[in-house]
Amino acid sequence: MTELKEKPESKTKPPMLSGGQMLMRALKDEGVEYVYGYPGGAVLHIYDALHNQEDVKHILVRHEQAATHMADAYARASGKPGVVLVTSGPGATNAVTGLATAYMDSIPMVVITGQVMSHLIGDDAFQETDMMGISRPVVKHNMSVRNPADIPAMVKKAFYIASSGRPGPVVLDIPKDMTMPNERFPYVYPKEVRMRSYNPVSKGHAGQIRKAVNLLLQAKRPMIYSGGGVILGEASDLLTQLGKTLGYPVTNTLMGLGAFPGGDDQFVGMLGMHGSYEANMAMHNADVIIAIGARFDDRVTNNTGKFCPNAKIIHIDIDPTSISKTVRVDIPIVGPVKSVLAEMLKAIDESKLEVDREALGIWWSQINEWRGRHGGRYKTDDSQMMKPQFVIEAMWRATGGDAFVTSDVGQHQMYAAQYYRFNKPNRWINSGGLGTMGFGLPAAMGVALNFPDDDVVCVTGEGSIQMNIQELSTCKQYNLPVKILNLNNGYLGMVKQWQDMNYESRYSNSYMDSLPDFVRLAEAYGHVGMRIEKPSDLEPALKEAFAMKDRLVFMDVLVDPKEHVYPMHVPGGAMCDMFLSKTERT
Amino acid sequence: MTTRRIISVLMENESGALARVVGLFAQRGYNIDSLTVAPTEDPTLSRMTLVTQATDQVIEQITKQLHKLIEVVKLVDLTEGVHVERELLLVKVRAAGAQREEVKRTADIFRGQVIDVTPNTYTIQVAGHSDKLDAFLDALAQASVLEVVRSGVSGISRGEKTLSV
Repeated sequence: MTELKEKPESKTKPPMLSGGQMLMRALKDEGVEYVYGYPGGAVLHIYDALHNQEDVKHILVRHEQAATHMADAYARASGKPGVVLVTSGPGATNAVTGLATAYMDSIPMVVITGQVMSHLIGDDAFQETDMMGISRPVVKHNMSVRNPADIPAMVKKAFYIASSGRPGPVVLDIPKDMTMPNERFPYVYPKEVRMRSYNPVSKGHAGQIRKAVNLLLQAKRPMIYSGGGVILGEASDLLTQLGKTLGYPVTNTLMGLGAFPGGDDQFVGMLGMHGSYEANMAMHNADVIIAIGARFDDRVTNNTGKFCPNAKIIHIDIDPTSISKTVRVDIPIVGPVKSVLAEMLKAIDESKLEVDREALGIWWSQINEWRGRHGGRYKTDDSQMMKPQFVIEAMWRATGGDAFVTSDVGQHQMYAAQYYRFNKPNRWINSGGLGTMGFGLPAAMGVALNFPDDDVVCVTGEGSIQMNIQELSTCKQYNLPVKILNLNNGYLGMVKQWQDMNYESRYSNSYMDSLPDFVRLAEAYGHVGMRIEKPSDLEPALKEAFAMKDRLVFMDVLVDPKEHVYPMHVPGGAMCDMFLSKTERT
Repeated sequence: MTTRRIISVLMENESGALARVVGLFAQRGYNIDSLTVAPTEDPTLSRMTLVTQATDQVIEQITKQLHKLIEVVKLVDLTEGVHVERELLLVKVRAAGAQREEVKRTADIFRGQVIDVTPNTYTIQVAGHSDKLDAFLDALAQASVLEVVRSGVSGISRGEKTLSV
């Protein structure tokens, strides 16, 4: 095969490029620095075009799922869409978990999947799979290329759809014959996209905003409940300003942590199934709740029939389907949180009404009383096994509370959410909606690659980490100095907790037998491994690990297998119905 | 309480658009009584008419979810206003001997037309409101019905209101 290089550009005529070259050029023109992927038959022309250019760099993972999580985490940390390139068939199906993960959390991604030659589609050809069909329920949109000349416009459209409105993943399926090296087309990258069928709303309704402000200023027991939408909508500053202007208590969802400073007195913690006692109590007793970029997920509301019985609810969301889906709201506002919050602040400023300081004082003293009652207690001393909460707090101190923290799914995820007080948005990176085990390590890699000067910690467990452990090899190849904090209790902790609480401690398949020696495993991949067994060894070990700026350190920390995550909602109850420990409930 | 709704959708005439709508209904557990789709006077647009039964809250979600699909341009719940709806029925009936005349008479009462004939069968076409089609089939109950095809409902607003780009 002849080597193909892009022809030099002339000012008047667009360059003639092959489909593969156009794809690469379009990614470059879109400002893409990294593509995460894995080659295969259907994308060989694309990989050849990739090889012959230098603007877009490729990160070779060890499993396509990891490529999607890397791209996803890059998007979560930076706000820009992540890009994935995989082959047809198994390459595409391996990317499905990552698509669903991103879709559930509204993360912008463009996933390019190879496809068999157009004339073979439908013939059950080698490595053929109907990726359009398979991905449809877990993407914001998907498109199949029918004509190579369309590639630049379709790439533009994919990025536009992925990152505008409520963001989400977009799949671009490209049959192999669309990228033939010897078929050239004039390349022009469109400046903008216009679609008659897709026009994301850019502003909230002024009348609704006024009504919301009136209600908000008349509240006696207000709550600000904000979610991942505030982070995705880059409105953390405005949320903080709203909280500060009003002096109202603020709670964040799992996805919204960091949108309001976790160390601020007005922050009452996360809400929901494993939310803080004070956040859940305050929600239940509130008279006005303003939900901002949050979607009343079942892990937040508990039984919707008993949800916040005395509250009038204002809901700001960019997606109309999120409004009144599970909980009826009184004042819906459809629009981007950033512009709506800016309008609200202006309306508050201009309003004749004022915050009822007296009522607010009473409300705060009630909340502070709740705060004192549970307050995230646990204790660790050298005579007993380490508490996982203690490990997170120690890591918080070791990183100055300023690290990017990714997590897998389970008890360790909840401990990280509860005990690492995030003061900035985009720093807490976890699979909230889909709950994807195996997310943490590739996510940490995606962040580490793009933010080389920051500490990146993957909080995980011995169950989750093994779901994508092969990526330790990718970390070596690209020198990604992730710090892995493995809270090892020998059990699938959250499954075990439910079995303790609901199945009389019958541990059906929640025990992890035959665990590898993680220290030696890390070393086998060329990294540093540490095993930490005693509470008093933890801080020195963390210090040593974080001092190794250019090395991946796998910290295998043995923690108490008996520990449960509390508070925990009582199933079927209201927000205020919680187990507070193994022996107490509200 | 559930009510019957007719939702009319104008969408891009692209492959996969229909699958997206059907997938949405299956995925979210909404029911479809009937669905019919074809290109409009503008060949880049398809018009779909969808009949469903649901509570008001679910209908609100259905219309919002449909609207969220990238290829959907516009939609309207026809049952919210005055509208005309029609369905086409083709039915093949055994029509031999004495029955032959009776079947023809019944078809005439419903303004049906016999569109194909064999010595032993009639194929009858009836258009109208779905209820009328039901009634016709009930009236044919005595005769032996061999095959029934229904088009599903098509609908349009009364008056000057239009669903167009």
